[in-house]
Amino acid sequence: MILTRLATLTNGWNPALRIGLLVIGLVLAFGLPWVMYPPVALDIAAWALFAVALDLLLGYTGMLSFGHAAFWGSSAYATGIVAIETGLPFPVAVLGGALVAAALALPIAMLSVRRSGIYFAMVTLAFAQLVFFIANQWRSVTGGENGLQGIPREFFGLDLSDSFYFYYAALPLILLGLLGAWRVVHSPFGRVMVAIRENQARARALGYPVDRYKVQVFVLSAFLAGLAGGVYAIGHGFASLQEVYWTTSGKVVVMNILGGMGTLWGPVLGAGIIVLLEDYLATAGIDAVGLVTGLIFVVTVLLFRRGIWGTVRHLVRSRRRPDERAAAQEGEPESRPAPARQG
Amino acid sequence: MSGLLQQLFNGLVSGSFYALLALGLSVIFGMLGVVNFAHGAFYMLGAFGAFVLLDSAGLSWWLALLVVPILLGVIGMVLERLFVHRLMHLFPLYNFLLTFGIALILQDLIRMKYGVTSQPYARPSILDGSVDLGLFTYPKYQVFVFVFSIALSGLVWLVLSRTRVGMIVRASTERAELTQSLGIDVRRWVTPVFGFGIALAGLAGVLAAPMRAVNSSMGADLIIVIFAVVVIGGLGSVLGSVAAGYIVGMVTAIGNFYVPALSQSLVFVLMALVLLLRPAGLFGREEGVHA
Repeated sequence: MILTRLATLTNGWNPALRIGLLVIGLVLAFGLPWVMYPPVALDIAAWALFAVALDLLLGYTGMLSFGHAAFWGSSAYATGIVAIETGLPFPVAVLGGALVAAALALPIAMLSVRRSGIYFAMVTLAFAQLVFFIANQWRSVTGGENGLQGIPREFFGLDLSDSFYFYYAALPLILLGLLGAWRVVHSPFGRVMVAIRENQARARALGYPVDRYKVQVFVLSAFLAGLAGGVYAIGHGFASLQEVYWTTSGKVVVMNILGGMGTLWGPVLGAGIIVLLEDYLATAGIDAVGLVTGLIFVVTVLLFRRGIWGTVRHLVRSRRRPDERAAAQEGEPESRPAPARQG
Repeated sequence: MSGLLQQLFNGLVSGSFYALLALGLSVIFGMLGVVNFAHGAFYMLGAFGAFVLLDSAGLSWWLALLVVPILLGVIGMVLERLFVHRLMHLFPLYNFLLTFGIALILQDLIRMKYGVTSQPYARPSILDGSVDLGLFTYPKYQVFVFVFSIALSGLVWLVLSRTRVGMIVRASTERAELTQSLGIDVRRWVTPVFGFGIALAGLAGVLAAPMRAVNSSMGADLIIVIFAVVVIGGLGSVLGSVAAGYIVGMVTAIGNFYVPALSQSLVFVLMALVLLLRPAGLFGREEGVHA
């Protein structure tokens, strides 16, 4: 079953279609600030990378981290502090932030992988809340409720105060992060991730050190989430408690669910939709983000669990070849063996 | 010394809320395999239920203590039939996400109606004032909350351990499939147990109304603490969740006495320690760690 699943993973689209999608994606990535307010375009880019980072865990390895705000947020703070204190070019600050996020993720991952399934979600959520309380209390470093303000956009003396230009300065970081995620997913390491998702016990029986793999994916995911959070902090010029709060963790999960977890395009699409939706609600003066996000959760989970991208892919696949239809269905989340309750 | 003792008593009182909420969460998880993220939201609804009944119908707190949990329990059962049930045969994470969405919706609806400021709720007159506990005086109401929650936890324990219904629920909690194969219709008990868990959350909310700030976000941060509590106690273990509730309450209170800045973080540090030393939880079964 794992083998058929792996086959569909890489052969799901024909090459022409894949290249076409990549071109459309790149055109969108480069054209975004022309068609919308540039700060919103930057938000989409940052959240897209954040969502893909989570998807490495949630969609590909089957681990729901409900505490990824900890890494996005800790990197936002660390990036801000590096940028303010050292005045180094912003990509260096962002890299520093991402490294801090990865370092924070290591102990959290090593403790959290001691439980799996639903426990893992609860434990990661709890650890993220711990990070939130620390950020709240450690006022001398984080600025507490005021947040960390006045983060500069230093880049070799270039004037990037216009968000339109900053978007293009930051885009390479985002694209590199996405490329990294793509590389990981299509590597032997990525196959093991999927094997763990499909059947953890079997992966272990085949000799893979499952827990070590999980910790590695977790740290990698936190690093990418950190890249995104750092770019976000530089783009906004501040880092606030909102970045480490559980609502942020929930937001990145809904992006995955809505777009379609276990795909790379899905979370990107989900991020775009959620950011634009929140922007629309804010400009229209509708104060109901929680209500709307909650409804999206309920409707998606009840009615189309594959998410938008997963549904599209499923339709395309099942129309093409009947023999592939069986294979595609085998990989459905619905038919996944339910892990034991305690697990 | 009496200061520390008083803190410890504070810990028992907040532990009473943790215990009641963790108990409901645990019973639901045991029976359905569902971690109910909306548990905190129902706690909040319980407090608002008491507030609305008093405000619009003049119903006393004592009546609310009876009516609100029943009402919420029924709502919980409807919710279970309409939504939770459909996802039960799937990956358990889907129900976690579903109830997260429900929690967001409930919380935001209440915020839109009542705003973010806290609603006032007076203590019932009989429980107003303080009682002399020897070393210090303590508010009567808080003493009542503690005694009430201990009594209720004891009652639930009695029902679970001494009655036929309790036996079925415990058996289904421990080994659902085996219980089913012994000819007991486990499914029949799923909806009532879900409703019961929700009713307990609502009850905790009514208890909280006179002593805690009644606002739309009162359950949101609490539910994360409760998650840590059940990880510490061992989710699915009824005794474990109640005991962990009181333990966490007291540890937090002692922390608050010595290092106030860290008191909110202590529960999560405790959880990390438990994960390190006894991943199944203090009262959990070892076999559950890796599956």
